[in-house]
Amino acid sequence: MDQRKIEFRMAKDRGFEAMVIIFSFLSMIPLFLILFYILRNGLSSLSWEFLIELPKPVGEVGGGIANAIVGSVLLIIIASLPAIPMGVMAGIYLSEHKRGRVSYLLRLAAEVLQGTPSIVIGIIAYLWVVISMGGFSALSGGIALGIMMLPVIVRATEETLKLIPDSLKEASLALGIPYYKTILKVILPAGLSGITTGILISVARIAGETAPLLFTAFGNPFMNWNIIKPVNALPLLIYNYATSPYPEWHSIAWGASCVLVSIVLVLNLVARIIAKRWKVQF
Amino acid sequence: MGARSSSNSSAARPRVPGLRAESAFQKALFVCAVAIVVLLTAIFLSLLLHSFPSLRSFGLSFFLGTAWDPVSRQFGALPFLVGTLLTSFLSLLICLPFSLSISIFLGEYFTEGALSSFLKNVTELLAGIPSVIYGFWGLFALVPVVRKIEMNLGIPPYGVGIFTASLILSVMIIPYAASIGREVITLVPSDIKEAGYSLGATRQEVITKIILPYARSGIMAGILLALGRALGETMAVTMVIGNSNILPHSIFSPGNTMASVIANEFTEATGRLYLSSLIEIGLLLFLVTLVINITGRYIIKKIGIEA
Repeated sequence: MDQRKIEFRMAKDRGFEAMVIIFSFLSMIPLFLILFYILRNGLSSLSWEFLIELPKPVGEVGGGIANAIVGSVLLIIIASLPAIPMGVMAGIYLSEHKRGRVSYLLRLAAEVLQGTPSIVIGIIAYLWVVISMGGFSALSGGIALGIMMLPVIVRATEETLKLIPDSLKEASLALGIPYYKTILKVILPAGLSGITTGILISVARIAGETAPLLFTAFGNPFMNWNIIKPVNALPLLIYNYATSPYPEWHSIAWGASCVLVSIVLVLNLVARIIAKRWKVQF
Repeated sequence: MGARSSSNSSAARPRVPGLRAESAFQKALFVCAVAIVVLLTAIFLSLLLHSFPSLRSFGLSFFLGTAWDPVSRQFGALPFLVGTLLTSFLSLLICLPFSLSISIFLGEYFTEGALSSFLKNVTELLAGIPSVIYGFWGLFALVPVVRKIEMNLGIPPYGVGIFTASLILSVMIIPYAASIGREVITLVPSDIKEAGYSLGATRQEVITKIILPYARSGIMAGILLALGRALGETMAVTMVIGNSNILPHSIFSPGNTMASVIANEFTEATGRLYLSSLIEIGLLLFLVTLVINITGRYIIKKIGIEA
């Protein structure tokens, strides 16, 4: 074969490999840029006071994000309380009834729910909770976030329990242990790490959600522990302050971004460590 | 199903302790499962119900009207449909070479090792960053750059607009398209790759002529799921798109997407028709993402990978 043609093909091969590598690494740049921006602008405003003080009016120096941190925690608790048991139970149902019409519909519903834009979930929480309660509230925001957690937990539970061999269940049942105790005391503990991972990932996902909170939790410049009143949340505060015209507020927003990104990254990290350390395997 | 079988056994053995707990447990599982299905149905029905005023007033012209004027109660959603389509497809276009490269990098060139696990972790982190932070970063880092580009091009230097939103979106959807692409590329059977090599093909030829065609449908599914995400993404887009309700005439003009107009105007929507129009946009968004996601998942299930 023509020597030149072979050389051309080999050059093309090397060029292609170089391009793949370059494009792959180019797509990492945004992550580092984002982390760099957050650290450069946010670290300076981070301090103990920043975490425990309330925001101050425009023009005054200082002020913190305590209300947003409390609000975020409150929202996550409200979301988790119904979503975790319900999601885990539905996941158990799926792993116990692999076929059947309800399982099919449930899988479909979980998939659709997972893909539903968060802003639509916000509309739903507004229609269902805000309108019937007559005002914005932490409760409505928590419910919106809870709906977003559900599909993640259902899937994680089902995927984990799939890995647990039937022999384990059969051994327990053969000892005369009732079915519900077998599930709760044998199967669930065996898959605990996988389910915990799923829960942590779902919490990380909702901790950064803003869109469903815009017209449910709404935001609140004051400290609030009352779940039927509006609360602030970290992502809401970042959104409101970032789009404001005041440089002082921008620096608070950068600081809050620092806090939020750390929380989300730590949750993801812990989830990954748990998944690796206590791997569900038989 | 479960509830029935346990009630049968309770008739046969009435005095076994814990039988009530048994059937209660089965029922609870069933109720939770059904509740999620009901929840999704209720979401759809609520959206539909609350869209009725707008559906009745405007009918199909809602999707063709270009005027969005709350004062004169005229609501046409075409600018938002165009804005959504433009940002989504533009971002897919930008994302494609990058996500495809990552898929090939992780699926073929470097399937294991420090470099590949580094890249994998970075893309996973990229997927985990909250969208409001993407928007914040875009507003302060990307908008000035785009403004400079626009000044050099001699067009009005808004900085914000469809193009900026697409850039941010493309970064956000890269991980989604890339992870499924990687899975399908690793699934390509090695015998057909080896057949290619034994015919004297270079690695590049094996990738472009054997691997990519073989993995085509999976890559498509990844792109579809990324598209679903791009369509519904709200915060990052809202912060950098410029929030203008006029039909965009170029990719640099400010605009609005379906999600961003809801985020912007929902709390200030006074009047039943205004609110109902926004909810109708939400309904449309729900249905479009539903179809896209189901199609994507269907393809994934058909080729048999875990996504």
